[in-house]
Amino acid sequence: MEVSVTVNDVSRSADVEPRTLLVHYLRDHLDLTGTNVGCDTSSCGACTVHIDGRSAKSCTVLAASAEGADITTIEGLADGDGLHPMQQAFHECHALQCGYCTPGMIMAATSLLEEYPDPTEAQVREGLEGNLCRCTGYHNIVKAVLAVGGAS
Amino acid sequence: MIPAAFDYVRAASADEALAVLAEHGEDAKLMAGGHSLIPLMKFRLVTPGVIVDVGGLNGDLRGISVDGDTVRIGALTRHSELEHSAELRDACPMLAHVASLVGDPAVRHRGTIGGSLAHADPASDLPAAAIALKATLVARGPNGEREIGIDDFFTGFLESALAPDELLTEIRVPVSTGGWAYEKFNRRAQDWAIVAAAVADGGNGVALVNMGSTPLRAAGVEAAVASGASASDAAAAAADGTSPPTDNNGDAEYRSHLARVLTGRALAAASG
Amino acid sequence: MTAVEDAPTTAGIGHRMLRKEDAKLVTGEAKFVDDIKAPGQLWMGMVRSTMAHATIGSIDTSEAEAMPGVHAVYTGEQLAELGLWAAPLPCAWPVTEDMVNPPHNPVAVGEAKHVGDILAVVLAETRYGAADAAEQVIVDYEPLGAVTSIEDAMADDVMAHADLTTNKAFHWPLDPNPEATAAAFENAAHVVKARFIQQRLIPTPMEPRGVLAIPSPAGGEVTLYSATQVPHILKVMIAATTGIPESKIRVIAPAVGGGFGGKLNVDADAILSVTLANHLGRPVRWTETRSEAAGSSHQGRGQIQHMEAAADADGKVTAVKVHLDADMGAYMMLITPGVPLLGSFLYTGVYDIPNLSFSCDGWFTNMTPTDAYRGAGRPEASYAIERVMDMVAGEVGITPEEVRARNYINGGEFFENHEAASTLIFDSGHYRPAHDKALEMADVAGLRAEQARRREAGEKVQLGIGMCTYVEICGLAPSRALGGLNYGAGGWEHATVRMLPTGKVEVVSGSTPHGQGHETAWSQIIATKMGISPDDVTVLHSDTATSPLGLDTYGSRSLAVGGVAIAMAADKVIDKAKQIAAHQFEASADDIVFEEGAFSVAGTPARSVHIQELGFAAFAAHDLPDGMEPNLQEQVNFDPPNFAFPFGTHVAVVEVDEETGNVELIDYTAVDDCGNQVNPLIVEGQVHGGIVQGAAQALYEVAIYDDQGQITNPSLMDYLVPSAAEMPSIQVESTVTPSTSNPLGVKGVGEAGTIGSAAAVINAVCDALSPHGITDMEMPATPWRVRRAIEAAEGGGS
Repeated sequence: MEVSVTVNDVSRSADVEPRTLLVHYLRDHLDLTGTNVGCDTSSCGACTVHIDGRSAKSCTVLAASAEGADITTIEGLADGDGLHPMQQAFHECHALQCGYCTPGMIMAATSLLEEYPDPTEAQVREGLEGNLCRCTGYHNIVKAVLAVGGAS
Repeated sequence: MIPAAFDYVRAASADEALAVLAEHGEDAKLMAGGHSLIPLMKFRLVTPGVIVDVGGLNGDLRGISVDGDTVRIGALTRHSELEHSAELRDACPMLAHVASLVGDPAVRHRGTIGGSLAHADPASDLPAAAIALKATLVARGPNGEREIGIDDFFTGFLESALAPDELLTEIRVPVSTGGWAYEKFNRRAQDWAIVAAAVADGGNGVALVNMGSTPLRAAGVEAAVASGASASDAAAAAADGTSPPTDNNGDAEYRSHLARVLTGRALAAASG
Repeated sequence: MTAVEDAPTTAGIGHRMLRKEDAKLVTGEAKFVDDIKAPGQLWMGMVRSTMAHATIGSIDTSEAEAMPGVHAVYTGEQLAELGLWAAPLPCAWPVTEDMVNPPHNPVAVGEAKHVGDILAVVLAETRYGAADAAEQVIVDYEPLGAVTSIEDAMADDVMAHADLTTNKAFHWPLDPNPEATAAAFENAAHVVKARFIQQRLIPTPMEPRGVLAIPSPAGGEVTLYSATQVPHILKVMIAATTGIPESKIRVIAPAVGGGFGGKLNVDADAILSVTLANHLGRPVRWTETRSEAAGSSHQGRGQIQHMEAAADADGKVTAVKVHLDADMGAYMMLITPGVPLLGSFLYTGVYDIPNLSFSCDGWFTNMTPTDAYRGAGRPEASYAIERVMDMVAGEVGITPEEVRARNYINGGEFFENHEAASTLIFDSGHYRPAHDKALEMADVAGLRAEQARRREAGEKVQLGIGMCTYVEICGLAPSRALGGLNYGAGGWEHATVRMLPTGKVEVVSGSTPHGQGHETAWSQIIATKMGISPDDVTVLHSDTATSPLGLDTYGSRSLAVGGVAIAMAADKVIDKAKQIAAHQFEASADDIVFEEGAFSVAGTPARSVHIQELGFAAFAAHDLPDGMEPNLQEQVNFDPPNFAFPFGTHVAVVEVDEETGNVELIDYTAVDDCGNQVNPLIVEGQVHGGIVQGAAQALYEVAIYDDQGQITNPSLMDYLVPSAAEMPSIQVESTVTPSTSNPLGVKGVGEAGTIGSAAAVINAVCDALSPHGITDMEMPATPWRVRRAIEAAEGGGS
């Protein structure tokens, strides 16, 4: 079936099986490989994207269900050539090591700040409950999100 | 992990969804946010022939309104909408709070209250809240609408009173601002409850999560509260008549102990 | 003079330079294996055993073969007939002469030995098609008795391999002075005995493993993209296993999403993808799913530790006796049998304990093979000695900090080259400053007062304070030492440094990063050495075509071996450039000074030439000293003379809800000493992550097998990798005691956090529960387990 979406402000479509998961639609059919897969159970959050402005785990959404939706992936987060403030904060706070969870973590973090623009540390930690990182121990991730939150 | 192949129908209306359900019977499965169903399909524990996607429907199937002393919630209302609804926080703060504890934020952006109730998972949060709040559910089928009392809704493990050709359309809960608490005990914030206790209306409604094959009303606790028992005395009855599961997180004995502890804490908080 | 004092004003050694790696990773531009596509690629799907131990009857592949988009299906027997490989999967560490090592075929033939053992392989045109086809292969099993625990294996009633007569794979002793150890126990005022369980862990790098093999049918070459920590080792082992000439194999580790030891192996998928790609003339790929990983990737830990410590009346420990029963799993993988032995030298910890007696038995079971996981043998050792030190303190009636103070090597004061009871020489140490700093930062005195208040008040939520003073062995390793342990390779590392004609520097590193920040750190080393901007440095790595020599990344060895090699190669380049400068100045090289990147003749600084300008001179070679070869390019293969021994003090604070049994880690302080630091920002990040991994072992993680050998929690829904919500902020500080094992004075920090934290957290849990008379707690300290311990101590049910 034909599935059409707007991804990172560009209209895209592809002919896929109905069972195609959104994450595979993005990665395998639209070549947007910045969104990663880390588990089978919606547990790790590596596949987090924004659907209509809110974080979602793209491994647990059918591409078909996203028909017509406005999707943002890590590749489209920044305006222009620079980094989005959250990407910049992750860099400056050393909030990534291997970087595999990072796209999902950044997408979750930016969505979190939409809900809690100036969060407490506890709100950041709770808000990132669905995104697992194996490298950083979260310390610097929390610092980065707080830095952006406090700045806005 | 990838779901087995299926046919897909994106329903343009509730009536279309009902028509497709009627046509395919048990081979068809309704999907709203998909956050209960897709994980099961990825492990191929569920392999429906037809998916009827109602996630895109809006109208009266989605949204929160307060009508006198009843809160009406469209079945497709997402957990995050419950969590952040100022109206719900005023009219039924417990439900908004419980919704904020489901899964994680991304899950709450997709998952719906109707999907959560229809999935009838004894370990999930919203069914127990609905029991404690004495909700009434509205289902639409080929013969029109019917109301189902929450105590008649959960019929078995992942089984509800919904017929295969019915669609859950609305959840009605009484405006409930009396003392309430939800004590959820889990390992990680994103995890399902090992056990949880929901207390509404100062102990008038008490329900338990993951203490049997269905979400459960703690009738003994409610009766004890009604007869004026203290929180700790009432909580002693929390595990009575339950058959809690044994898994990696605990056996029946430990879960029974947790049920008593959590119910006691919830009752104390609800009356405090 | 230490390297830190050498630091110039550029972002060289010692600076918190932001990472060069980040831009690609925060934008999604980085390419992991699954991001790379190859025209004509086939997806490999594995048919895995659903039984822990069974004879394989018929395998019906007909339905799978008939599915549209399915290219081929092979059983183990069919592949064996095709003769695609020359040898079983390798074990590079036969720890004893008589170690039992049953053949481990990439695809099992005749007998399945663990859940997840590969029985057949499907090849399909799409990711989804491969998953569908694998499901349609029907395997006929005849169940055999399964060995599903170490205790089962030791009973030796049921064999994990049908053709063996014992499950014991080896016995390995380290007992330098048995008479003295026996005498110490005879004369002891206190003897503490304990049995600890190091549960099986699933390494769980966030990127699952994956491979993509691209053949070149006419030329016979094959390129393997692999999510691996060890591209160089993998290349050698593919050659040895398949018989394909090494010169025809290129291995590339693209962006790799973490490893933690979990990607330090030669797995069936690598061999299958390479051989099938060559056989079929098409690219072959496979990406592990997370739930599959429990049976397709090795696991960590899996030991029972029997510890005995002898102490005098004052709590001075005089001897330690250790016996390990170690779970090998179903097969010997690359370094399976060696992992428990890596800890053998550390069972005396940071203490001046004169006598050590160690032995280890390795046992086969019908579970996923074990192998390296962050710390590999050393967290286990550190856990055991640090738990036992607390127990000694309890016996003697002194505090955990006091028992440590009484036992430190050299009383906690600075030392160099200390010979431990294991006969290893500790390079350097200075334990007391880290100890004092950690106790002060954590406010242990204040915490003890709060603990007393809660105990007095009988509160439901009690406080526990735990400390761990660890030492680790890293910088693996002196090749001779590895040879002495019968390890199959050396421990050197390669570096090439070349000044390009434009003055930019290209560094070739044999050490392979997967999150550690090598590109940044190596650039900082070059910046300091050469007096240039780190932006002028490019690091080539992780591709055997551009970096043909290397021994890769594990055992906290990258900086202490690979980074040192880079510094040494840079010195050689500077030396050669100095000769060119001297030639240009018509001076003697002895009179040339090198400062901030510029050469000048001593006493006449006005006339100088920058080293980056000499890149072109060396390239053009118009006017080089007589006999000098063109180009500024030097290489070093550094083999360290000794290991490095980082250390530190960690303090964990937990709250235990006595009613539910829930344990919450509420505060954590770490003062680590990894010698000189190249980039403190990266050091702190390694410590943070390591601490959480160790705390996760203490509180959350365990691979749970049932008595049928089925793993009951293979997904991340049930295998509890903690999130930010479960973990506290971490206070990190450091002391600096340079290593004497290398010219940079660096030690290594990749595993330190993990080595310190599990013991600190469990010591804290036991401290909280001590009023109940509880002295030990098995890991993970789950609420259920903690609650049962409280109930047992109270002498009744709930």
